[in-house]
Amino acid sequence: MDLGINVIEMLLYLVAIIGFAAINAAYLVWVERKGAGHIQRRTGPKEVGPYGLLQPLADGAKLMSKQLIIPAGVDKPLFMVAPLLAMVPAVMIFVTIPFSENLVARDINIGLLVIFAFASVNVLSLLMGGWASRNKYAVISAARAVSQNVAYEIPLLVMTITIVLVSGSLNLREIVFSQAGAFWHWNWLPTNGNFLGPITFIMFFICYLAETNRAPFDLGEAESELIAGFHTEYGSMGFGLFFMGEYANIVIGSALIVILFLGGWYSPFPEVVPFLGSAGVWWFLLKMYLLIWLVVLIRWTFPRVTLWSLLNLSWKILIPFSLFNLLASAGLVKFLG
Amino acid sequence: MSSQALSQNNERFEVNLGPQHPATHGVLRVKLLMDGEYIVDAEPVLGYIHRMHELMGENRTWAQFLPNMGRLDYLSALSYNLGYVELVEKMAGIEVPERAEYIRVITTEMNRISSHLLWFGAFVLDLGGFTPLLYAFTDREEILDLLESVTGARLTYCYYRFGGCYNDVEDEFLSGCLAFIKRLRARMPMYHNLVTKNVILRQRLERVGPVSAEMCRKYGATGPVLRGSGVNYDVRKNEPYSIYPELDFDVPVYHEGDSMARYMVRMDEIEQCMRIIEQAIAKIPSGPVMAEKVPKMIKPEPGDYYHAVEAARGTFSIRAVSDGKNQAYRMKLRSPTFSNLSLFQEASKGMLLADALALMGSLDLVIPEIDR
Repeated sequence: MDLGINVIEMLLYLVAIIGFAAINAAYLVWVERKGAGHIQRRTGPKEVGPYGLLQPLADGAKLMSKQLIIPAGVDKPLFMVAPLLAMVPAVMIFVTIPFSENLVARDINIGLLVIFAFASVNVLSLLMGGWASRNKYAVISAARAVSQNVAYEIPLLVMTITIVLVSGSLNLREIVFSQAGAFWHWNWLPTNGNFLGPITFIMFFICYLAETNRAPFDLGEAESELIAGFHTEYGSMGFGLFFMGEYANIVIGSALIVILFLGGWYSPFPEVVPFLGSAGVWWFLLKMYLLIWLVVLIRWTFPRVTLWSLLNLSWKILIPFSLFNLLASAGLVKFLG
Repeated sequence: MSSQALSQNNERFEVNLGPQHPATHGVLRVKLLMDGEYIVDAEPVLGYIHRMHELMGENRTWAQFLPNMGRLDYLSALSYNLGYVELVEKMAGIEVPERAEYIRVITTEMNRISSHLLWFGAFVLDLGGFTPLLYAFTDREEILDLLESVTGARLTYCYYRFGGCYNDVEDEFLSGCLAFIKRLRARMPMYHNLVTKNVILRQRLERVGPVSAEMCRKYGATGPVLRGSGVNYDVRKNEPYSIYPELDFDVPVYHEGDSMARYMVRMDEIEQCMRIIEQAIAKIPSGPVMAEKVPKMIKPEPGDYYHAVEAARGTFSIRAVSDGKNQAYRMKLRSPTFSNLSLFQEASKGMLLADALALMGSLDLVIPEIDR
């Protein structure tokens, strides 16, 4: 292939992915605020643009025009790098996500591995941000975030292995192909000889909430305890990047669940709504945004758990169950699949 | 668990919780000595908004000091108004017309509901649930509108006068109160479904922050904190004042002594307040709302006077010493949350930060009232 075209193609991919990540992150903030507003019987943002739709742009302009204050006594390099580490891996992960059969920036054979490799960098950014801030609340928050992420990455990975066993591939496209068809073919239901699909799905969802530091597991930024947690000392775009990183991670987590459990780009009822087709990127996005909406709904409904009960949930329930789940699924796949 | 964890590790650090902190709801500062996430010692540091209310009471005439009462506990200001006017009426021997007594009870209990609703929202906010706060505010707004229509104020009321009330209430106010009670009765199941029955909330409150009756006695804790520890003490029942003896209501008591018990006491009190208001509205007589002969300049007989009322957060009492002049010789205000906060230091030892903040929230602190 011609080198010039290749470079242009790569740049286009890059722009599209960064644009997708940034727009999603910005507009999820709007969705969250508007959604929270309606859940709480207020209006939410409504002044900037129709239905407050330009609010994210105004927020972005505000954050970017603010002075980046670096408090005295912070570990300056770490303090500067931490917000970037929150955002960059999130953008990188988008490279591997197949939004439809052909809409994927890089179709990697070990896509799942790449996602988890980059996702684990996220905890580093929280740790670095909290530690470098030299703020006691931020340090407590960083310690919480690390123990939380370590505890929940294990069951998350174990349950991913279950799905890999069922689908027989680490390639995200292959995993979706293995679920081709209407919704009873997808991994979230007992399918492909895996009777434990629903349990895996629910546990994976809980772990995903915890991994993205979302309520009710948002211990890292428990505002009534730790003010703002690891980003207490951040203002301006430093804070903005942490914020966008968080929302980008929500998008990634939801996309991952759609790929692993909800049949990716396949229509749930291909015969019932034929005009939308039996597969397409819109199905993928629809499922993804429904999941994101569920996450928003959960955040504005539940109070926060404590660190101890959170860790107990992982070490005493999720990890043993996910290991058992893995063994049982492996057996089922071996003897029935 | 905790004491062992504390002794093994000596990497302790101090954290200043406040005076600017989202969980302290005001300018309270608590100096925490922490060991990781465990609290070794928590020392409340007061005085950030001390305004010398007691000294003001000694430098103003009895009537001039009345507006100060709304500035102590701004969330249940009418209870404080009531305590003070009843004290001065006791001192000067002023008889209050019956209608005024009923109006006082109705408005005070409405104010108590609004205070408990705000506490309910703020407490769940402390635990990380944001939505109930706004639901509670929707209801509280109705109370504020109703009270505004008779008192002219929404927060720092100064409605009662020596010998009665500033003005009479209209029938619209009374029917508005009944309509509000009907509305709140319909909404209480929603609050219980959304919050009280929530698994996470119960996990965070049950068996967390136990406060024994002995500890309450030691620090003089009153109100829902005391009643959540199994002591049936309510000034409205034990040292009745106004027309409370004529009304039929229960005092909710829970024996667990944990944060959930204090939560349940307040939620049940909202129900009882509604009962009280309904009965008072049914019984309210017609007639004047001000006593006939109230002296322009009150000069009580020399002596030592004391009066206590049940405010939303506990026993509010005033001790006033008069030397026969138009000002108090000594004015001592006893505010409930000052005592309730005092037990925090002992009760929070060895607790996790998150649990300690749940405990602090369940004490229902109002800082201007602690500092006075």
